[in-house]
Amino acid sequence: MSTLHHYEQAARAPMLHGPGRRSSPLTWRWRDRLALAMAWSAGILLCLIAGAIVAYFFVRGVQYLRPSMLFSRPQTGQTQAGTGGFLDPILGTALLTLIGVLIATPLAVAAAIWIAEYGRPSWLARVVETTIEIVAGTPDILIALFGLTVFQLRLLAPFSFIAEKGAVYGRSFIAAGIVMSLIAIPAIYTASRDGLQAIPAHMREAAYALGKTRAATIRRVLLPSVRSNIATGVTLGISRIIGDTAIIIFVLGVTLRNEAQNSVPIIGALRGTGSTLTSYIYENSPAGEGGAPQKAYAAAFVLLVFVMLLNLLVGRIGRSQADTTGLTVAGAVV
Amino acid sequence: MLERLRHPWSDRRAELTLGAVSLTVGVIVVAMVVFVAIQAWPTFQHNGLSWLGSGKPFKEQAEAMQNAGPNPPASAYYLRAWPLIWGTLITTIPAVLLGLVIAVSSSIFIVELAPARLRRIVIPVIRLLASVPSVVYGLIGILVLVPFVGNDLISPAEKESLANSVQLTGAGLGVAIVILTVMITPIMVALTCEALTAVPNSWREGAVALGVNPVRAVLAVTVRAARPAIVAAAVLATARALGEAVMISMVSGGTDWAPRISDGTTALFEPFRSLASTIVDFHDGIGAPALKSSLYAFALLMLVSGFVLSVCGYLIKLPLRKYQVRA
Repeated sequence: MSTLHHYEQAARAPMLHGPGRRSSPLTWRWRDRLALAMAWSAGILLCLIAGAIVAYFFVRGVQYLRPSMLFSRPQTGQTQAGTGGFLDPILGTALLTLIGVLIATPLAVAAAIWIAEYGRPSWLARVVETTIEIVAGTPDILIALFGLTVFQLRLLAPFSFIAEKGAVYGRSFIAAGIVMSLIAIPAIYTASRDGLQAIPAHMREAAYALGKTRAATIRRVLLPSVRSNIATGVTLGISRIIGDTAIIIFVLGVTLRNEAQNSVPIIGALRGTGSTLTSYIYENSPAGEGGAPQKAYAAAFVLLVFVMLLNLLVGRIGRSQADTTGLTVAGAVV
Repeated sequence: MLERLRHPWSDRRAELTLGAVSLTVGVIVVAMVVFVAIQAWPTFQHNGLSWLGSGKPFKEQAEAMQNAGPNPPASAYYLRAWPLIWGTLITTIPAVLLGLVIAVSSSIFIVELAPARLRRIVIPVIRLLASVPSVVYGLIGILVLVPFVGNDLISPAEKESLANSVQLTGAGLGVAIVILTVMITPIMVALTCEALTAVPNSWREGAVALGVNPVRAVLAVTVRAARPAIVAAAVLATARALGEAVMISMVSGGTDWAPRISDGTTALFEPFRSLASTIVDFHDGIGAPALKSSLYAFALLMLVSGFVLSVCGYLIKLPLRKYQVRA
């Protein structure tokens, strides 16, 4: 009996060293403990920041957003209540997204296919890859300035209109949409290329063995299987487009309402100027005209909801193709 | 014509078409550099290297340029851009250093320490932080942080000390650095996580087997092996930070003032202008040729420094290939 008691005590005694025992942080050197504490607190800090941003805008959104704002047009007014809603900015955002995605998707997907499946001559492929990387790293403000110069060329006058002094105005929905496609291209390209490169070689070999040509393999085998990657890329491209302000300020010619250039139904609107949610927020904050911070909060809430929905969508579509952490490729933070 | 398109494409045709489209994208990018450089040329031509020097407040210079009219004489191109370059540097460098510490710590957390359930929360959070539009960050800055700093953090004595030269409202360096850090950290986290996961697990396990505690093993083996990639991530984030225009323009105070480090902590409350924010601040004046050329020159400077930084990032990562770690 006494010996058994003795053994039990021995087993319960803390075993600081030896195999099969997890070391407790309390026994570590202080440097390691500090590192552990920093890692945890950094991770939690980022969560808290994101949580605070979302919670703050949620509160402000509930406080200031009225359903009527989503359906009424902006107007000039003396008080914040008198400045109307932001129907035009929402439509502007939608129109620009549509134009941008319609232009960017074919270009980016074609480039991705060419790089992944052909890529000859290899120096040219490298040049194309590098240039797309350059666009990805270029500040949007520079792309905006570039867009403005291009659309102020005499040759491209039909895209906007000729101002009084004979200079081309260079700002319109179609111009801004084309410039926007440039910032969506890298996301769509990267997602599609990575998808294509992840397809195992035996899929292609099987298609060739059945007598399919390379072009037919791309069309019938490869493209269908990277559909979800392309969708991820497009979603990311959309979130780039709806979040951009610099291009709107320079190439859309921020006006209170969306002004059609002439009465021709669609073309007139495309050649006209307008605003988007981002430029609406900018103009209503103290940095712009400064008139209506409440409207800026309400619009920012709407924008944030869109962004979060797109994020959710990326997570949904990208679940199957996420890399280990899901941050770089399908998450495409970069 | 349409009939021909509907037939299955031959390989040759598909290759040529796709190649041509890809090349178009490349050509557009080259055109971008060329166009911006052409627009920027006059200001460099008229100022030479003293363009980089220090001089009058930018607002005065810009007004002189606007007053010069549509056909400005050579003297109207006078520009000394150092205060703006200084403003860019003192926001970018602290933000990147601060962001680097947070990013490396939280990457270790995500890759090595976090329980799976927590990781499922942190990763979407990083993604969300990366995708919040810069104008929303700017709005938080100008409506929440700036009044807070202006009313609660700046002491009356500090306001008094600079009362003759500049008014301290709260908008300025400190707020800009904090928000910029939040904006660029996700980029660094993503790249660092990728690098940390690329390091073979057996390396770290080897260290643990030798009796090292898990955190030390991560620091001494995984982080050390991924060091080049972490530096490259910081470099890429620097390039992003340099180009942040809208947010900085909203919270920087829009006053011509170059924060002086000699002011100590008060410098954190002083307003400033950066290259990118100046472009946004003066977007109305882009009709005046001299000012337009100056703004394009700022953009070109950002493009060139961003380009140099990406090349550096690429070169820094090269040693990793030696170990067959692909990151």
